[in-house]
Amino acid sequence: MTPADFGAASAEIFLLCAGSLILIVDLLLGDRRGQKTYALSLLTVALCAVLSLAHLPLGDTAQLAFSGLFIGDSLSIALKLATYVAVAVCMVYSRAYLQARGLMQGEYFVLMLFGMLGMMVQISANSFLTVYLGLELMSLCLYALVALNRDSARSTEAAMKYFVLGALASGLLLYGMSMLYGATGTLEIDKVAAAIATGDVDKTVLVFGLVFVVTGLAFKLGVVPFHMWVPDVYEGAANAMTLLVGSAPKIAAFAMAMRLLAGSMPGLSDQWQQMLMLMAWASLAVGNLAAIAQTNVKRMLAYSTISQMGFVLLGLLAGGAVGGGCCERDAYAAAMFYTLTYVLMSLGAFGIVLLLSRAGFEAESLDDYKGLSRRHPWFAFLMLLMMFSLAGVPPTVGFYSKLSILQALVQVGHGATAVYAMLMSVIGAFYYLRVVKLMYFDAPTDQAALHAPLDMRVLLSVNGVAILALGVAPSSLMNWCMSVMTSLVGGG
Amino acid sequence: MRALQQGIEVQHSDSHTHDVAHGAAHGGDHGDAHQSGAAASMTGNPLWWGFGLLLIVLAWLAGRVLPVAGVSWLSVSIWLPIAGGVLMLAVGGDPARAGLVRQIALGSAVLGFLATVPLYVGFDVTAHGMQFTELSPWVERFHIQYHLGVDGISLVFLLLNSFITVLVVVAGWDVIRDRVSQYMAAFLIMSGLMNGVFAALDAILFYVFFEATLIPMYIVIGIWGGPNRVYAAFKFFLYTLLGSLLLLVAFVFLYNASGGSFSIEDFQNLPIPLETQKWLFFAFFAAFSVKVPMWPVHTWLPDAHVEAPTGGSAVLAAIMLKLGAYGFVRFSLPILPDASHAFAPFMITLSLVAVIYIGLVALVQTDMKKLVAYSSISHMGFVTLGFFIFSAAGIEGALVQMISHGFVSAAMFLCIGVLYDRMHTRNIADYGGVANRMPVFAAFMMLFAMANCGLPGTSGFVGEFMVILGAVQFNFWIGLLAASTLIWGAAYTLWMYKRVIFGAIANPAVAALADIDRREMVVLGLLALTVIGAGVFPAAMTDVMHVSIADLLQHLAQPKY
Repeated sequence: MTPADFGAASAEIFLLCAGSLILIVDLLLGDRRGQKTYALSLLTVALCAVLSLAHLPLGDTAQLAFSGLFIGDSLSIALKLATYVAVAVCMVYSRAYLQARGLMQGEYFVLMLFGMLGMMVQISANSFLTVYLGLELMSLCLYALVALNRDSARSTEAAMKYFVLGALASGLLLYGMSMLYGATGTLEIDKVAAAIATGDVDKTVLVFGLVFVVTGLAFKLGVVPFHMWVPDVYEGAANAMTLLVGSAPKIAAFAMAMRLLAGSMPGLSDQWQQMLMLMAWASLAVGNLAAIAQTNVKRMLAYSTISQMGFVLLGLLAGGAVGGGCCERDAYAAAMFYTLTYVLMSLGAFGIVLLLSRAGFEAESLDDYKGLSRRHPWFAFLMLLMMFSLAGVPPTVGFYSKLSILQALVQVGHGATAVYAMLMSVIGAFYYLRVVKLMYFDAPTDQAALHAPLDMRVLLSVNGVAILALGVAPSSLMNWCMSVMTSLVGGG
Repeated sequence: MRALQQGIEVQHSDSHTHDVAHGAAHGGDHGDAHQSGAAASMTGNPLWWGFGLLLIVLAWLAGRVLPVAGVSWLSVSIWLPIAGGVLMLAVGGDPARAGLVRQIALGSAVLGFLATVPLYVGFDVTAHGMQFTELSPWVERFHIQYHLGVDGISLVFLLLNSFITVLVVVAGWDVIRDRVSQYMAAFLIMSGLMNGVFAALDAILFYVFFEATLIPMYIVIGIWGGPNRVYAAFKFFLYTLLGSLLLLVAFVFLYNASGGSFSIEDFQNLPIPLETQKWLFFAFFAAFSVKVPMWPVHTWLPDAHVEAPTGGSAVLAAIMLKLGAYGFVRFSLPILPDASHAFAPFMITLSLVAVIYIGLVALVQTDMKKLVAYSSISHMGFVTLGFFIFSAAGIEGALVQMISHGFVSAAMFLCIGVLYDRMHTRNIADYGGVANRMPVFAAFMMLFAMANCGLPGTSGFVGEFMVILGAVQFNFWIGLLAASTLIWGAAYTLWMYKRVIFGAIANPAVAALADIDRREMVVLGLLALTVIGAGVFPAAMTDVMHVSIADLLQHLAQPKY
């Protein structure tokens, strides 16, 4: 271990220390400790961002650390920065909600910080071991967060489901990794790729391992047929926890998919591409069709997530369709753009759910959104932007994320899949439009005033306007995704 | 201008307390328009006369003064109305500020219209290709460009759109009391977006504008529409979205085929094998035929028209349907000439079915709006027929028909709106003998009804005549079938007119009707001027088209594979 190793992982090391420190300090703070811990946690996230930004000048050169367990490359920096933003936004959005329910405790923020640490380790993993380590750290924190509202039977049930299915998925993933290790004799991602590329490895064991790995990944992404936990957990968890579960972990799951599929098994892309294709078709159908039947907005958004993750899979499989070259880069960049913009929309949509919830009232039923445009025209407009963006209607950013995926698909000759995805989007548009209908066409049934604090209102406005602004000028984010993927897979 | 607006504002705030009481009496049922508002101001504000004259004078002045300045008028005509719309949303829905919102709406609509005048005056009718082009990179990742320009085909639609927007704002002035800022903003934003559709020379820019128009229209139908408005709004949105997403796939395919360009001009010069052309034609057809709408995918239109508020119906019929037809002439014909030729019999058949069958369907309607909606489908069948007989007369006639239909259908819907505001029914059987109480209105509606059935001297005649001429040259029997529209059109329009306007007063509500006030007279009067003007002097439209149509025909004659 050299000082350079510590430099590469400086953000993670800092976060670990700061998280542990906050855990202890929280006990000594006395009155209003929730508020103080909240401030300290936000500060910690900000400092992590500073540390990660310090790595930015290193540019495209990947830095291996801790004997190849850990990697600092442009993908890891980019996704970590996105994770910081998502987690910080979650903290700000959930503060008032937690306060109103007496959940404003130090543990909440400490668990969030450690969960974020898990995501960062996953993002920077260069070995199966590190991937698993990060995944488990993140998942355990999320299970605990979902269960934090311990007096609620629904939350406890959701946490139980999440835990059991999540543990099963982790087990499958671990099993698959062990098979890959058995076949290739190494755990390091780049060396696994090199071993597979030699062609001397037993294909049967590899494919078996691959199936288990893809299954584990599919669980974590929440795509059909491994999606069962998503609606239940989204619905059962308290709104603030749903906000977290539905946003930042998607970035980590995308990172894991990139590391495992594109990083370690490009040689098996023929195999995993087919699996992803099947799952994507099924996710688009189940997600969009089941969402229509929902009356609970959180369940509806959960099914919407399933279909949106189907689009991410389409991007990933388009990347695997052609070995190397610009198409691969384009497709992975499209998947990354899709994931990042989806997280932004998900934060905004759940942010509105939190905004409308108040002490003793959860704005969970779709009917709670009736007449929102008469009560709060501005927030109704923001929700309208989120909904049209999720449906992929210009001039919102959702259009460009769909366009990118579409282009990647058509480029590698999956025209039929592209048409299918578009047809499913029309079905999806129905339930997004229904939310707009409830907000704009129906008369309000509830006249309660908003109690959200100013910081949340401002941040939510920024979030919504960003969706429109990125829809008008998507270039910077797209170029960023492209440059990240260029340095990762080459081409261009 | 300012004095005028202040005067209008004074007049409006006078009647404001009255509105509130009225609204309360209706229990907030905003689908219900307000009879007493119109009846109370029987003569209307005399300043509206001034407004009508001022608009004409300003348009003349704009034609003299504006073309010299080196301004990007296309961008102005797109973004100025949108900026006005955003400003209105910012002013907010407070009923106390409704007057201010109306002034902003009228101001930005008029300025948006004036911004299109220099395009027409400064247009060089002898030049080939696009004029007033603007080009700057937009999304480098996909080489999407902010590329604007007009040729003889698209130019007139910008004027039509901006002009209709002014009238729609005036028509909704007293009638819309509920969420005025959102209503006016939706129309202004829609106007800017539709100007963008006609001016876009980049496929994605086109698509963004094309799709974005759905959002305000969805809201307009859903909030201010009739009893079944939610169903109509969903149907409208989902039908059009389905078609346009297939269009998007086709654009992406062409992007990859052209080596990374979304420029429409690049698409037009791209060699494409016939088999591929046929697939792409189907994708384009899915998007544009729904929008036109062609038989048998027209069923969303009667629903949307009937449920939409008057202004929504007028914009829908006058402009939004033209987006589909414009798509055919801008994309399908020049990009896929061989597939267009191959599918011409198919397109002509569908067009004739629309002309004849939908004409007959219109005959049996009992709802005035539905009747005009079916009449729109029938007239648009004429447009697609004109495109797919591939002759100068056909295409030019189709374009003239599009513009004429823009004026006439808007006028018909506004006339029905005038009646609906007073009677709250669109049912033909509830009327009869309106001429006895509303002679001025009856005269205006007579003119528009005549234009709708293609009377010589009105704009409706020119387009229909040219298309029939082209069709007869192409094939006598097709021409004959197309010409039957003169019978159907006259039958359903005049029969409706007779039942509504003439005869004895059958309904006591009709006996209490008041004739149109000055505001309504200005709206209908300006439309009457354009309908007669375009009928007597069609060269004002056709002169700018000749060169572009000749280029298009040349393009169509060359195989691309």
